[in-house]
Amino acid sequence: MNAVLKTLADLLAGDKQADRVVPPTGFTVRLTVFTAAAMAFLAVFALALSMASGRLADRWGEALARTATIRISAPQGQIQAQTDAVMAILWTTPGVADPRVLSRDEQKDLLAPWFGPDLPVDNLPLPQLIELTDEGYDAEGLRLRLSAEAPGAVLDDHTRWRRPLIRAADRLRMLGLVSILLIALTTAAMITLSANAALAANAKVIEVLRLVGARDTYIARAFVRRFTGRALQGALLGTVLGMGAIALLPGADPAGGFLTGLGFQGAGWILPLIIPPLAGGVAFAATRAAAFRVLGGFT
Amino acid sequence: MIELDKVVHSYGGGELLSQVSLRLAPGSFHFLTGPSGAGKTTLLKLCYGALLPTSGQVRVFGQDRREMTRDDIALNRRRIGVVHQDCQFLDHLSVADNVALPLMVSGRADGEEAQHLDELLSWVGLAPQAQSRPPELSGGERQRAALARAVIMSPDAILADEPTGNVDWEMSLKLLQLLIELNRMGKTVLIATHDLNLIRAAKAQVSARVLRIKDRRLQLAGADL
Repeated sequence: MNAVLKTLADLLAGDKQADRVVPPTGFTVRLTVFTAAAMAFLAVFALALSMASGRLADRWGEALARTATIRISAPQGQIQAQTDAVMAILWTTPGVADPRVLSRDEQKDLLAPWFGPDLPVDNLPLPQLIELTDEGYDAEGLRLRLSAEAPGAVLDDHTRWRRPLIRAADRLRMLGLVSILLIALTTAAMITLSANAALAANAKVIEVLRLVGARDTYIARAFVRRFTGRALQGALLGTVLGMGAIALLPGADPAGGFLTGLGFQGAGWILPLIIPPLAGGVAFAATRAAAFRVLGGFT
Repeated sequence: MIELDKVVHSYGGGELLSQVSLRLAPGSFHFLTGPSGAGKTTLLKLCYGALLPTSGQVRVFGQDRREMTRDDIALNRRRIGVVHQDCQFLDHLSVADNVALPLMVSGRADGEEAQHLDELLSWVGLAPQAQSRPPELSGGERQRAALARAVIMSPDAILADEPTGNVDWEMSLKLLQLLIELNRMGKTVLIATHDLNLIRAAKAQVSARVLRIKDRRLQLAGADL
């Protein structure tokens, strides 16, 4: 570990003389920086996506798991009687907390997004809703008791809604992580290609260096330092731009849906900052591997 | 210092060198001669470890070439100065930097040898060209720059492959003079050349042995020169 740290420290400290032995390579420099920047930019979004979908999965999981709803559909005259019966059952069911009959206005609010605010709720034969908090009751047992005493009552513990939503959110989070992995691999591939091009273009330089007694690590380091530096610069630029773009997304409105929730929250803003060092690490490993492979061809 | 024992070297088709035994003692001065394509360059490459023998043993400073790692080879090159037939330089660096390159790559750029850079450049007559780029040099200047680069690390041995290949006679003598001076300072010198006049000129000043490659074998050439 200390050796690795020392190598990294040496690398960052730089060696002006070693840098001079490899001729400057104008245009490809900008390409490497651009690639690293673009990849870091994409990585920021992939990271934001997986964090947002992770939050979403948690939120749905928690909010929906904690509550259940009982729906009572019965002829007008019987609704009140069945509601009372259901409440009586709920009060005596272990694991059920705070059963609450939703008022007409609350039900109207729930329907408003679907039918508009002007719905004449009073004239409709709406079922009565009862909300309860789940503290570990037995759903099957409750269903049996309800069907015996209030035939119009149906218990909905939300699992039917919850499962596919959570599965979708989890899948989304995984897609985000897979994207990050793909971005890292693509970065490695591109840096390898550009390092190979630089090594091939400098075959004569490498030959001369070997000839005068340079060790492989010395030659490799001259290239590795250059490419790691470029990848770091590019990734830093891309990350800053990506984070800026996400910060400038329209604010997440609490009632808003999934899209406006895309972003980082609180300490989550620190996470994308690991992208530049990560890109530097990828570039370091890729260039080093390429350099040693090429150096094997020279005596 | 450098020992070859029953060394055979083959290139794809057939044997180029067979049963070559050679021992370069410290402070000795050898010429290596023979017709073009006889294997002079190959023999030199075997001596400084750039090639592996097909069979037989090569020992450089007592170490078996087959057991040497790539780093060992690199470290050996700091002890053996090589002047190649076609001198290769880093064209984006100045002549002075190119001559100092061995110091740079071995991390001794600030060492005492670096103080002698100017001295060395004037010794090979390249002081005025110190800040030029290698492509601006003439053939003879390139050969002298290569010689300066080969000796800046103060190596124990100097191997030169046709160092006078593309320079005129006057310049050849000047280069030879430099090599003889180095030999007098105790360096082992091996020069591959097909220029018999050069060998005669050297024999007048130094007790040089002449090795000849003939029919794939290495012979000690005698009084016929």
